[in-house]
Amino acid sequence: MLRYALLRLLGAIPTLLLVIVLAFLMVHAAPGGPFDDERALPAEIEANIAAAYQLDQPLPQQFLRYISGLVRGDLGPSYRYRDLTVSDLIGGAFPLSLKLGAMAMLLATVIGVGAGTLAALRQNSLLDRALMAMAMTGISIPVFVIAPVLVLLLAVHLQWLPAGWSGTSAGGRFVLPVVSLALPQIAYIARLTRASMIDVLASDFIRTARAQGLGTFTIVRLHALKPAMLPVLSYMGPAIAAILTGSVVVEEIFGIPGLGQHFVRGALNRDYTLVLGIVVFYAALVILLNLVVDLLYGVIDPRIRQR
Amino acid sequence: MLNGMKYLRILLLLAVAIVASACTEPGNVGPQVSTLHRGLSSDPESIDPHKARSTQAAEVLRDIGEGLVGYSATGTLVGAAAESWTISDDGLTYTFRIRDNARWSNGDPVTADDFVFSLRRLVDPATAAFYGQAVAAIVNADTILRGEAAPSELGVTATDRNTLVITLQQPTPYMLSLLTHPSTFPVHAGSLAEHGNEFTRPENLLSNGAYKLAAWEPSSVLHLARNSQYWNNAETSIDAVSYHILTQEMTELNRFRAGEIDITSSIPPDSFAQVREQYAGQMHIAPYLGVYYYGYNLSKPPFAANASLRQALSMAIDRETLVEKVTGRGETPAYSWVPPGVDNYEPIRFSYAGLSQEERNAAARRLYREAGYSEQLPAEIELRYNTSDTQQRIALAVQAMWAEVLGVRTTLVNEEFQVLLANIREAEVTQVFRSSWIGDYNDAHTFLNIFEAGNPSNMTRFENAQFDKLMREAAAQVTPLNRRLYLEEAERVLLSEHPVIPLYFFVSKHLVSSRVQGWGDNVLDYHYSQHLSLATGQN
Amino acid sequence: MSALGRFWRRARRSRSILYCGGMLTGLVVVALLGPVLSPHNYLQTDFDNILRAPSLVGGHVFGRDDLGRDLFVRSMLGIQVTMLVAIVASTVSLIIGVVYGAIAGLAGGRVDAVMMRFVDTLYALPFIFFVILLMVAFERNFILIFVAIGAVNWLDMARIVRGQTLSLREREFVQAAALGGVSFAGIILRHIAPNLIGVVTVYLTLTIPQAILVESFLSFLGLGIQEPQTSLGTLVDAGVNHMENAAWMLLIPAALLALILLCFNFLGDALRDVFDVRQAR
Repeated sequence: MLRYALLRLLGAIPTLLLVIVLAFLMVHAAPGGPFDDERALPAEIEANIAAAYQLDQPLPQQFLRYISGLVRGDLGPSYRYRDLTVSDLIGGAFPLSLKLGAMAMLLATVIGVGAGTLAALRQNSLLDRALMAMAMTGISIPVFVIAPVLVLLLAVHLQWLPAGWSGTSAGGRFVLPVVSLALPQIAYIARLTRASMIDVLASDFIRTARAQGLGTFTIVRLHALKPAMLPVLSYMGPAIAAILTGSVVVEEIFGIPGLGQHFVRGALNRDYTLVLGIVVFYAALVILLNLVVDLLYGVIDPRIRQR
Repeated sequence: MLNGMKYLRILLLLAVAIVASACTEPGNVGPQVSTLHRGLSSDPESIDPHKARSTQAAEVLRDIGEGLVGYSATGTLVGAAAESWTISDDGLTYTFRIRDNARWSNGDPVTADDFVFSLRRLVDPATAAFYGQAVAAIVNADTILRGEAAPSELGVTATDRNTLVITLQQPTPYMLSLLTHPSTFPVHAGSLAEHGNEFTRPENLLSNGAYKLAAWEPSSVLHLARNSQYWNNAETSIDAVSYHILTQEMTELNRFRAGEIDITSSIPPDSFAQVREQYAGQMHIAPYLGVYYYGYNLSKPPFAANASLRQALSMAIDRETLVEKVTGRGETPAYSWVPPGVDNYEPIRFSYAGLSQEERNAAARRLYREAGYSEQLPAEIELRYNTSDTQQRIALAVQAMWAEVLGVRTTLVNEEFQVLLANIREAEVTQVFRSSWIGDYNDAHTFLNIFEAGNPSNMTRFENAQFDKLMREAAAQVTPLNRRLYLEEAERVLLSEHPVIPLYFFVSKHLVSSRVQGWGDNVLDYHYSQHLSLATGQN
Repeated sequence: MSALGRFWRRARRSRSILYCGGMLTGLVVVALLGPVLSPHNYLQTDFDNILRAPSLVGGHVFGRDDLGRDLFVRSMLGIQVTMLVAIVASTVSLIIGVVYGAIAGLAGGRVDAVMMRFVDTLYALPFIFFVILLMVAFERNFILIFVAIGAVNWLDMARIVRGQTLSLREREFVQAAALGGVSFAGIILRHIAPNLIGVVTVYLTLTIPQAILVESFLSFLGLGIQEPQTSLGTLVDAGVNHMENAAWMLLIPAALLALILLCFNFLGDALRDVFDVRQAR
């Protein structure tokens, strides 16, 4: 078991390295530097700054320096925020993005599965068609249209919810961003669940259960739900990726200082270390998570352990 | 199958835990303090006055720090940390008397030594301060910046605890104005020694201004709290200030409309008419020390040595239509380089400022032909600007005007801001580029000096010996009147060469909630929070 | 009758395919003809007439935008660009995915294991980050957008294709061909590829909406199609800013975008029925 885990980790290093090299090259390939501004710097000041941030060294050397820092757990100073390190910024932003993503996932799964099941149970009824129509709309309208409309309606005109993130520390400020983020996923999951549930409900063992006189709700809860959830489970991976993509836009719209927003700003401001740090952090996290999940499966299902 | 369910259950429990933690975040607790909410269009890059650079950082720094001199609520220069000063007759020695009751937020007195330490740190190459050049007028500043002298050789001394003497290399009449700039604010030497790079953390940072930094969530919000040790604390009405980082003007407007922001940093152009209707009383538009212009790359064809073409293109633009229909936020058309409202200066204007647009168009066509172009042989020009709605609108309008009046074929190239800057600096591919210049201090010098040969901000690569000579002469003058005459003459020379097309002068545009009192429009757009108050009965 | 023929017959009978296919074709035709037939062009600004509401008088049926440009012609151009981006990007991911998946499936064994492990790791990497970096590094090159978006989606395709190839590999006719000495490439071209068409077509109709959404995300961030070109995503993004004073600037492009996305989604569903494709693992 341990050997397996170690092997996997070792195997992940080349991928991680590849990711770092790619990101490093792309960030440095972008024209313009982190300290450019209309108010150009006098030569000596520019030289001072370049020296302070090692920007005057050749690229391979900068890369090696970065890797050696990485190994020690040091992600470097931010070029844009001269008082902070990349670790500071990621440490502040990650829990926020995590909360946002997790809540959106939860909402999407609960409502999606619920709506899909309901639609499947009342297949071809008005309710079914209505739910599926809403689902289709959820997929077809981009989040950067839905979110501003919601903000305008609920925050600016009705003032039921906060319009922005920084104005209050109350939990209510999560509502609009989470809902905006979750909406497309609710739609996907609902459709997935419905299709899968229809298949399951038509199968033999369900008919047996009905013949035995079990009520619909009991049947769904005890027998139908688990098998029907299989496609949803396989969708979890892409769903998380979709939520990450969506979070970049949602964070931008609501001004939430999460990883997505930091990344976009960092890329536009040429904050090399921050951008690299986020890419590395995220890649490492995902590799670790994959490993943990695989190990968990191994623990839960003895059949897999033999691999 | 079963395993999948277990896995899902674990995940679900985790998710619920996260949600629970989010919902039990503390709301606004504690005693009610009066809080002002201001919008800021980007994060300060640093709270260390020597490492900061942007106007946004300066705005925050003016609340948490204080220099020798500052501005009053009405925009006049007044003493801040210094209660009085004298200037020698030759204009080379400034003696400041620091207030006895000036204090840091931990109770330590603010002394002349603090200023000596800080100004030395500003020019020290190791600090890599962006604005080191701001105090270039002080004796030895430039040699220190180049690394050829030690910071201790800077021409500032503390003759006693409360007396600071600054010696200059040449008389610099705008020196006092320079000393209001945040880069000259003091830093606490002891704190720096104790905490090193972490001295800017909110828990460590010592402030000598009206407020101190309570918290900073990067990319989100900065919270400032009253500094009760401030010498003028009794006059500070508002207890706390929150600067909300809002990069999109539209988002900021929404926040204002929802009542969450009291002062916006700008007004979105797309909603201008709507805002003017709904919030007329709360809208503040005032002239601002900045000019929006299109610059020529004078080092390459087609604009090198082609003054006629440069002038023709400048004349063919209908600036009135531009500010009325295209930008439409109350800007003034620019027929000169130095904006109006600058201290001790009467702006020079283009010779054709008084003509009607038809007359200008006719003259432009003549110059165009003189330059060797015609309908059959049109000029092909590339106009670069940075990606933004406003820049694009203006570029499209200018493109249309040049096509209509002269038949010029203009290609529009839009680039990301950083890319545009890099291209302008290299001066290889640029022809006409969009840019703007904001004055650092209230004097014509800050606008004219960028055209001196060798100045790093000389983006057009303008080189004119007569202009340089006039600027040098101006710098050597002692009496303001003489200096003004030389500067005006220099601008005359500048304008006649047409290295740039000034389009309009900026205006500052803010929405200020009616509950905010004491707001004074001024040309530098400085609005210290300590001069403001909130209408009673509202928090 | 060949497999293809059977599929075609079933497709013709599906109402979804007919309607959606027809709708999309209709949109494309209008998008191509509209600008040609209209008296206005997409570049012409008119600062005296900004934000005019749609009206039949004067021929601006969709109204004007904030620079006075005709919204109808710009919307048509937007449709053209959006469809182009979507189709080219999807084709890119199609080609990469099919090639990669087919090789992995056919090769089998350790090669397959390594290749799919690579895909697994890449699967949850933040591709949106790399796309953003690409756009920033290479300055929003028009061609680059296709490549960047295409690169985001190839993983799904590779997985599906690999799964199909694996199962196809065990079928008799493939084994017969291998025994008969047909080359690796020959097997792919003549035996595997035609049997992939079903799966591939379905997934194509599903990746196209994704590509459209990624492109509109990029436009929202300011990294997508640059002026004076425009896409539906760019138009919608600009329209959001005028939600209150010029609602048509948002509603019309948003409706067109939603329509296209809906059609592709329905089409995908229907095609899945036709080709009898189950949810592949």
